[in-house]
Amino acid sequence: MKTLLILGAGTGGTMVANKMAQALDMQEWKIILVDKDENHYYQPGFLFIPFQIYSPSDVIKPKRDFFPQNVDFIYSDIELIEPEKNRVKLAKNNQVINYDHLVIATGSHIHPEETEGLLDGGGWQKNIFDFYTVDGATKLSNFLKYWKGGRMVLNVTEMPIKCPVAPLEFLFLADWFFTERGIRDKVEIVYATPLPGAFTKPRASSILGDFLEKKGISLLPDFNISEVDAGKNKIMSYDQKELDYDLLISVPTNMGAEVIERSNMGDELNFVPTHKNTLQTKKWENVWIIGDAGNVPASKAGSVAHFMLDVVIENILRAIEGLEPLPHFDGHANCFIESGFDKGILIDFNYDVEPLPGKYPLPGFGPFSLLQESAANHWGKMTFRWLYWNVLLKGGELPFESQMSMAGKWQ
Amino acid sequence: MSEKLVLENLEWDADGFMVDNSAWTEEIGSSIAGDLGITLTDRHWIVINFSRDVFNSDGDAPSLRKITKQTDVNTKELYALFPGGAAKIAAKIAGLPKPTGCI
Ligand SMILES: Cc1cc2nc3c(=O)[nH]c(=O)nc-3n(C[C@H](O)[C@H](O)[C@H](O)COP(=O)(O)OP(=O)(O)OC[C@H]3O[C@@H](n4cnc5c(N)ncnc54)[C@H](O)[C@@H]3O)c2cc1C
Repeated sequence: MKTLLILGAGTGGTMVANKMAQALDMQEWKIILVDKDENHYYQPGFLFIPFQIYSPSDVIKPKRDFFPQNVDFIYSDIELIEPEKNRVKLAKNNQVINYDHLVIATGSHIHPEETEGLLDGGGWQKNIFDFYTVDGATKLSNFLKYWKGGRMVLNVTEMPIKCPVAPLEFLFLADWFFTERGIRDKVEIVYATPLPGAFTKPRASSILGDFLEKKGISLLPDFNISEVDAGKNKIMSYDQKELDYDLLISVPTNMGAEVIERSNMGDELNFVPTHKNTLQTKKWENVWIIGDAGNVPASKAGSVAHFMLDVVIENILRAIEGLEPLPHFDGHANCFIESGFDKGILIDFNYDVEPLPGKYPLPGFGPFSLLQESAANHWGKMTFRWLYWNVLLKGGELPFESQMSMAGKWQ
Repeated sequence: MSEKLVLENLEWDADGFMVDNSAWTEEIGSSIAGDLGITLTDRHWIVINFSRDVFNSDGDAPSLRKITKQTDVNTKELYALFPGGAAKIAAKIAGLPKPTGCI
């Protein structure tokens, strides 16, 4: 028997297990999936928890509901990966698993302790919150229920972060939420980002920047946070800028899993160096990446993991046959941006083409407007949760092509 | 040669980064720095040389975090050495394209 070992059973790992259980000859292969958490979190839903649109039960389901029957799931922390020896050590019973092919899908996670005073300054979960964890989003929801207003600062500490549009969505929803509650005139909303503008790519950055302005949200670009002074409710930047807050929403430094660092397989943020078009790791021919765990210069998003899926599957199957991997992953990302008041914006881009305005044709569903607000885009965002649980995780086909298309885009 | 003369015949992109990094020399680096009002010291050169090494092996200028993790220059010092956006300015002086860190 040969073994395909998948580390991490989140968005990417679960999809690979489902697809591979169909693609491999299960007389010859064993598929093993390892994760330390028995729950699956629908992370895009975290965004809606602070504003009481979703509750935690909307975003958590048992992982096992999504695994195919012929896959072995081991519930354990991964202790160490030894790619030179083709084996992985687990915490549970000191189990050692030898593999023929390995897929790393351990994701990315927030590290507030990387910024001085953020976690340890006394303000964490008092008037400083994150919304990248279910715990953070839920505590923030409780806080916002009773907040009377003041200056809310949203700060991104460092790039890259997963779902780089999530901070913008948070701001747009906050504008809506405070308006609904009748306290918008008592809340000042400020976005302090290390980016030179509202977003990472120029055209989208300027259009999304206009949205911020229209909604009365101030933008403070090029803000590289050095520390939080929680006693004085102040954040400071490396070039000596200071910003007061009453409520600080932080998107802390995102890093790959700690096991990547322990195994000495990652870069300075514990992301595994990966070929950006084949998704094979740079150092090990039988080790593959899906989702946020790699260092490819694509957005870290569930939609991106989905677009990676077919390429990873095809390339592992080719490698088993002794063929070279094909460079078919183009960095495709497709994100619905919730913009508040039941509207949304859609962006679609890849390594070479930045998000452009236009129409996104989608037979049976669309068209959706690109880089413009519409009610259909909001509907697309809300439908994504259903698609995620029922189609995407099980490796089903979504009505989106893996490779980006220029159809409908204005150049 | 004056800074102007050294820089005059080179090609620049829209953000002021050198187009052909193989044409870079230490003299050009000093001139770009001079143009930005920075006088290069040994500490600057640690960062510039490191950035060029990383670019030559990885094809990308290093992020701030990579510089501070792999040299003895910490973030505070880095900002003091290259005011106005440490990773960007260091790449500019080293004749490298704008760091792609952001996606
Ligand atoms: C607030 C927010 C909003 C988002 N919005 C969107 C959106 O609108 N659209 C979109 O496409 N994406 C969105 N995303 C991003 C999306 O959720 C992620 O990109 C996606 O889930 C990545 O999948 P993954 O498989 O790489 O990692 P994950 O799904 O995070 O899975 C990683 C798994 O690895 C396991 N693991 C890690 N280390 C170990 C270990 N040592 N031992 C055992 N198990 C381990 C974890 O328990 C986890 O189950 C959002 C994310 C957040 C936080």
